[in-house]
Amino acid sequence: MKVSYFPGCTLKNKAKDLDLYAYKSAEALGVTLEEIENWQCCGGVFTTARDEVATKLSSVRALKEAFSKEQPLVTVCSACHNVIKQTNHAVQNDKEFSDKVNRYMGEDGGYFGEAEVYHYLEMLRDLVGFDALKEKVVNPLKGKKIAAYYGCLLLRPGSVMKMDDPENPSIMEDFIKALGAQPVVYAKRNECCGGYVSVESPDLAKKSSNQVVQNAKMQGAEMIITACPLCKYNLLKNGADIPVVYFTELLAEALGVKEDTDEQ
Amino acid sequence: MQRVGVFVCWCGSNIAGTVDVQAVSDALKNEPGVVFSTNYQYMCSQAGQDMIKDAVKEHNLTGIVVCSCSPRMHEATFRKTAAAAGLNPYMVEIANIREQCSWVHKDIQTGTEKAIILGKAAVAKVNLNTPLTPGESPVTKRALVIGGGIAGIQTALDIADAGFPVDIVEKKPTIGGKMAQLDKTFPTLDCAACILTPKMVDVAQNENIRIFSYSEVSEIKGFVGNFDVTIKKNARYVKEDICTGCGACVEKCPMKKVPNEFNLGMDNRSAIYIPFAQAVPKVATIDPSACNMLKNGKCGLCSKVCAAGAIDYTQKDEYIQEKYGAIVVATGFNPISMDKFDEFAYNQSKDVITSLEFERLTNAAGPTAGHLERPSDGKSPKTIVFVQCVGSRCDACAEKGKEYCSKICCMYTAKHAMLVRDKYPDTDVYVFYIDVRTPGKNFDEFYRRAVEEYGVKYVKGMVGKVTPEGDKLKVQASDLIENKQLHIDADLVVLAAAIEPDKSARPLATMLTASMDTNDFFTEAHPKLRPVESPTAGVFLSGACQGPKDIPETVSQAGAAASKVIGLLAKDKLTGNPCVAHSNELMCNGCSSCERVCPYGAITYEDKEFRMPDRTTKIRRVAVVNPAVCQGCGACTVACPSGAMDLNGFASNQIMAEVDAICK
Repeated sequence: MKVSYFPGCTLKNKAKDLDLYAYKSAEALGVTLEEIENWQCCGGVFTTARDEVATKLSSVRALKEAFSKEQPLVTVCSACHNVIKQTNHAVQNDKEFSDKVNRYMGEDGGYFGEAEVYHYLEMLRDLVGFDALKEKVVNPLKGKKIAAYYGCLLLRPGSVMKMDDPENPSIMEDFIKALGAQPVVYAKRNECCGGYVSVESPDLAKKSSNQVVQNAKMQGAEMIITACPLCKYNLLKNGADIPVVYFTELLAEALGVKEDTDEQ
Repeated sequence: MQRVGVFVCWCGSNIAGTVDVQAVSDALKNEPGVVFSTNYQYMCSQAGQDMIKDAVKEHNLTGIVVCSCSPRMHEATFRKTAAAAGLNPYMVEIANIREQCSWVHKDIQTGTEKAIILGKAAVAKVNLNTPLTPGESPVTKRALVIGGGIAGIQTALDIADAGFPVDIVEKKPTIGGKMAQLDKTFPTLDCAACILTPKMVDVAQNENIRIFSYSEVSEIKGFVGNFDVTIKKNARYVKEDICTGCGACVEKCPMKKVPNEFNLGMDNRSAIYIPFAQAVPKVATIDPSACNMLKNGKCGLCSKVCAAGAIDYTQKDEYIQEKYGAIVVATGFNPISMDKFDEFAYNQSKDVITSLEFERLTNAAGPTAGHLERPSDGKSPKTIVFVQCVGSRCDACAEKGKEYCSKICCMYTAKHAMLVRDKYPDTDVYVFYIDVRTPGKNFDEFYRRAVEEYGVKYVKGMVGKVTPEGDKLKVQASDLIENKQLHIDADLVVLAAAIEPDKSARPLATMLTASMDTNDFFTEAHPKLRPVESPTAGVFLSGACQGPKDIPETVSQAGAAASKVIGLLAKDKLTGNPCVAHSNELMCNGCSSCERVCPYGAITYEDKEFRMPDRTTKIRRVAVVNPAVCQGCGACTVACPSGAMDLNGFASNQIMAEVDAICK
């Protein structure tokens, strides 16, 4: 299976792990990630600049390229996924937005939301299948108590993202189970880490992050996984005393492709 | 040619204020067939009606047009007037020049013009009217009540007291419904069982009532006065007439780990069970999904201990056919699932419970014998947080909750909070609310007592998040009046879940061709004036199947539904509506288009012999309308491709004549 892949800026810098393990794991699962040519920043956080069309154009270009190749567009960073999915939804449902976008695009225009957007986790669930994934696991993570940290961007707004129930998600827990580990369900798993507030008032972000880690630990977690570079940054910066890793790293470990990557 | 009389009503100034009534009666004088035309201040008054009767005699009128208010208002009045004057009541036509003319126009000139046109249309129609005679059908003097909660129980008792036989169909093994699970009832705090169980016994002992428990309605045919109903009696593997309810089987049953639905899964029951001590009928039921004997033929202990020999592992589902004159729907409600509201951590912690679970926890017959203990560790909670409106009034989140107010939660939450403070005064009790809605006799006084006498902490605001951590539930909430965030370490969180109609309501509505609203509540025939009747004739509504209701309101509605049923069953014959569809069999080609669109199932087909011009006979399939079932909606007349279907009183040529008159 071949899919279009949008890595995003952070994955080429701070979050190289998220990207590399995503590649390696996909390969092990028989999925080829075809990186969008000349991709640019997704446009930052959608909700903070809803009416700003120009910043969404790179998302639209990526969507259009995936559509022209008749491939689903796969993302892995929570923020990129949120922006691209919301942009696609806006093109589909907001006539004014769609008109503006297509005028900006000029000759490259003519995109009306036809592409399908999958987060890597959704790809595992819906295209690969957690059962198939389970069969490919060579190094089951038996006995490990792992807490999934969704954060906010992956699930919300629920009616647009449609990944899972925003208040009672299970996709990451099912993913953890497929890898042979034991998921730890805790209430703060879909609460905010502090996000960009860490720039303006670090104390506030620290409080949020600590609550998440604290809650996960109280429920018995030994490790936290996330799909979001900013979540990982905030949790670690604010003193998480259990490992916080990208879900792709855990996946690579279970699939036995982690060492290859480390050697590189 | 008809001899038509036109009567234009002023309706005081309601019509005369915007319509020149004299001009209207003058203009209509010249219409074809009109031999008399006049106007009067109040046509519906005795004097007005006498004017019509006199005119009929004096001018030998054969048709009447009244230009007045909506036919919904006074069509029946003027039909009676016509009948009193010796005319067929269906020779009356109403031109609505009030709601559809004078009330919506400001200018007298345009208002008058339109009134004249509406009058002309009515005259054109009445010229084509033919006398109609309503048919009659017999009434089966037996009622069916679907659902055996407090609504169904009260309706059945009232009908039976009037001397008519009633059958209750209840899908659970016992009647009693939700009320049997409650602890105390607001606003008087009498115990639910104490007031309900005597009624359940009355039902069991009433000679006019039969109970079909553990049964469902599987098919409904027929129409008002003559319903043919199939009741599916599920196999309970116990002979009901022999079982004495001694409970020996329940004690001996080795399979004791089945979640007890009566206690909402907070404890276990055995595979053979009697839901609760006061169950009616008090007979055991075997749960086939849990019984070892039924699953793999290994056990049979209950059969060995049953002194009466009531156990029958070979029992099969049984289908019972019965005829009824009236059907009462009393299918009740359920709290909605809390799965989509996990911000309150219902799925994460045993100590987050729903209000109905709380009822069982405080009930002396419940899993904790009435001691308020946390489900997780049995400790007594010191801080309890009640959250109201969980899933109710949820217009921003309609996909997970309900837009409507569930109505009963404010009162039962006040009751819970008050009872906790009364029994365990050292407990801190918080109630989070959007609004406190306590209209009802002695209701607001009750709520204020909870606040003022019992010191329940009412906080205006919603809980945003419940985080289970260790043995505490960390509650994060907003206090909208003080405009601050609250953090409470609670031991128990109680969610007032929205209520929704029982899942059986929709398939039942389909069987009954009764209408429902978007929330699957049954719709009443008129929200104010016919609140206990369904728009489908012979179908009545009792209790929460029609909308959220508390017990006093449910019992009132149950009694009202019963009185409507009694009124129906007291008649020997029913007069039908003659304005029904009929098919011209010579034009009908048996295509089934009409049958497909008929919402009432009034159309069937029969093979009929036709004599052809060459003296041979030919058998053709043609549509037949059952006039007792037809409601005269006219959908079939539109669907019929060959024009064979027509509607009495609203025939196609009459409608076209009206259109022609308007467009002339």
